[in-house]
Amino acid sequence: MKLAFQHKYSAPKDSKGDSLGRVDGKPAKTQEGMAPGQSPAPTVGTPYVDNPRVICRNVNVHYNEKHALREVSLDIANHQVIAMIGPSGCGKSTFIRCLNRMNDTIEGCRVTGDILLDDQNIYAKQVDVVPLRAQVGMVFQKPNPFPKSIYDNVAYGPKIHGLAGNRAELDEIVETSLQKAGLWAEVKDRLTHSGTSLSGGQQQRLCIARTIAVGPEVILMDEPCSALDPIATGKIEELIDELRRQYTIVIVTHSMQQAARVSQRTAYFHLGDLIEVGKTEQIFTTPRHRLTQDYITGRFG
Amino acid sequence: MDTTQLKTIDIVKQGLERRYRAERRFRRMGLAAILISLAFLSFLFITIASKGYSAFVQTRIQLDIHFDPQIFTEGDIGAADYPRLVKASMAAMFPTVTGRTEKRQLYALISSGAAFQLRRMVLEDRALIGTRQSVWLPADDDVDMLVKGHLEWDGGRLTPAQVKWIEHLATQGQLEKKFNTTFFTAGDSREPELAGIWGAVSGSFFTLIVTLLLSFPIGVATAIYMQEFAPRNRWTDLIEVNINNLAAVPSIVFGLLGLAVFLNAFGLPRSAPLVGGLVLSLMTLPTIIIASRAALQAVPPSIRDAALSVGASKMQMIVHHVLPLALPGILTGTIIGMARALGETAPLLMIGMVAFIVDIPSGFLDPATALPVQIFLWADSPERAFVELTSAATLALLVFLIVMNGLAVLLRKKFERRW
Repeated sequence: MKLAFQHKYSAPKDSKGDSLGRVDGKPAKTQEGMAPGQSPAPTVGTPYVDNPRVICRNVNVHYNEKHALREVSLDIANHQVIAMIGPSGCGKSTFIRCLNRMNDTIEGCRVTGDILLDDQNIYAKQVDVVPLRAQVGMVFQKPNPFPKSIYDNVAYGPKIHGLAGNRAELDEIVETSLQKAGLWAEVKDRLTHSGTSLSGGQQQRLCIARTIAVGPEVILMDEPCSALDPIATGKIEELIDELRRQYTIVIVTHSMQQAARVSQRTAYFHLGDLIEVGKTEQIFTTPRHRLTQDYITGRFG
Repeated sequence: MDTTQLKTIDIVKQGLERRYRAERRFRRMGLAAILISLAFLSFLFITIASKGYSAFVQTRIQLDIHFDPQIFTEGDIGAADYPRLVKASMAAMFPTVTGRTEKRQLYALISSGAAFQLRRMVLEDRALIGTRQSVWLPADDDVDMLVKGHLEWDGGRLTPAQVKWIEHLATQGQLEKKFNTTFFTAGDSREPELAGIWGAVSGSFFTLIVTLLLSFPIGVATAIYMQEFAPRNRWTDLIEVNINNLAAVPSIVFGLLGLAVFLNAFGLPRSAPLVGGLVLSLMTLPTIIIASRAALQAVPPSIRDAALSVGASKMQMIVHHVLPLALPGILTGTIIGMARALGETAPLLMIGMVAFIVDIPSGFLDPATALPVQIFLWADSPERAFVELTSAATLALLVFLIVMNGLAVLLRKKFERRW
């Protein structure tokens, strides 16, 4: 099964990737061609990798009439951080919300195409979103701890999934999750305090701990630092680098420096199109597409 | 000033006075509105309280009752001639009164309920038979009104002889105003001195229990379904519009519905708190649904996202996170709805809860009336003493309403959480 899928979706056989996806240096389209309603822009760079963790093929997202994401094909490599960059409204948040089907909660949202996790199309009819979201965790832009104690915040996921057999195991999960999130030393004496009493940066790490506690394989982060000060941001970035060893991380960011610091691969989105994907150093040093170049040099966005 | 050389700051300053004037005007209007409403409110409270406070005391006459063993010779103690005990005692106190008419006038000073009080005493304690006891018995409502100053001392409903006897009793210290326990423990009565609100309060209590048990779970469940699960389409829009309209339907219409459906179609008993509760539930449901939906909607989406992203199912998300946060709003809406149900009269008239019911209801199927209906009934009664009872019952109703609204505020404060 796995082989079949890999065969089907292996990079060279994909017609788009073959013919247009790997143009060297030369922008495939001009900026004028990017207007909505036109045919999607082909992706330049290297959207496909060997042994990907998540495989996305021809993903389209519509919000009612609005075509928010067009023909995105992208592989997400295991134990790597992939950063999604691009101007506001370019579809990067929409894209990562597809990966754990959080888009389901938005009315009028329609997703087509294939997104494969463990060779299973997560948009297939028989897929249950509950285990999917246990497998693909998410950290949001604004820290959103539950208005409960710090302990309960972290313990909630394991509790509902029945991951801990008894109180001691649950304590253990909470402690290790908080440790992994780099928050244990700061909160170990006040686990019963409300999660909302923490500072913004601590709240965000609490949310990361809450995500980790469920034992996900992929962690999605939607601009996790945009509401934080530089020091808190620095801590989260260190944490992301730590977490990469165990988890596959997809991060959306508006900060190009952040993308450069934490990610191994970077994908540049523009007006619903995936314009360019590549190794982070390559994207930031020698972008192949003119739009990418304009964006990272600060000409717009 | 050279108008062509005006700087921005000068133009701003010119208009400034006008802006502040508008603001001051609005503030003054607001303040005036608040003062006027406070004046009306205090006027209402003062009128009701000044009319009603005297109902909390009751004129009582002390009688020396000899529980004559002779009248208890028959087998059934409850069937003995208790009025005779009262009459004998009165006659003994005023030995000069001999004429038939005069005697009747004398006996009329004591409430007809006095005999019932003696009967209760004997049934509770048979050892009383044969003894002589000093008992405080309720005076007739005319005496009560006279003592409280609501009737003329001469030329009123009482004859000069009666007034003289009352004065005599008062100087002897055998006539006193005592705390009116009857008002809080008795049911309705034709005699104002024997009438109380307890029957109506019990009726209201049973009715509201039914209303709460039905409308709270159904209302909250409906709100959750409509807000969180139901698809948005023409049908749900239609239902939503209808629910909102139902909140504005005149309450008597619900009474008519109750009459047609619960009494005529289902054959449920008339005047029963169960039916009253059903009707009031119909009336309260829209209020609870609207308040609950607003409360659910106010829960920030970030909390929902957080719950869903760790893999909570939709129901878990709602039960564990959304509902606790929406609870203060839901409870406030429920209590406001219940308070409205407590004060509702019109629909209860239609289902027969307006009947004259002396017995205190002890269950959901006993004939009963409700507090506001009791007020309505008393307000309709001709006796002067019912005026103060009406006001006193209104005070009791207001106290219940204030307590319920206070509870709503407290619950809101207690459960309100910041996020």
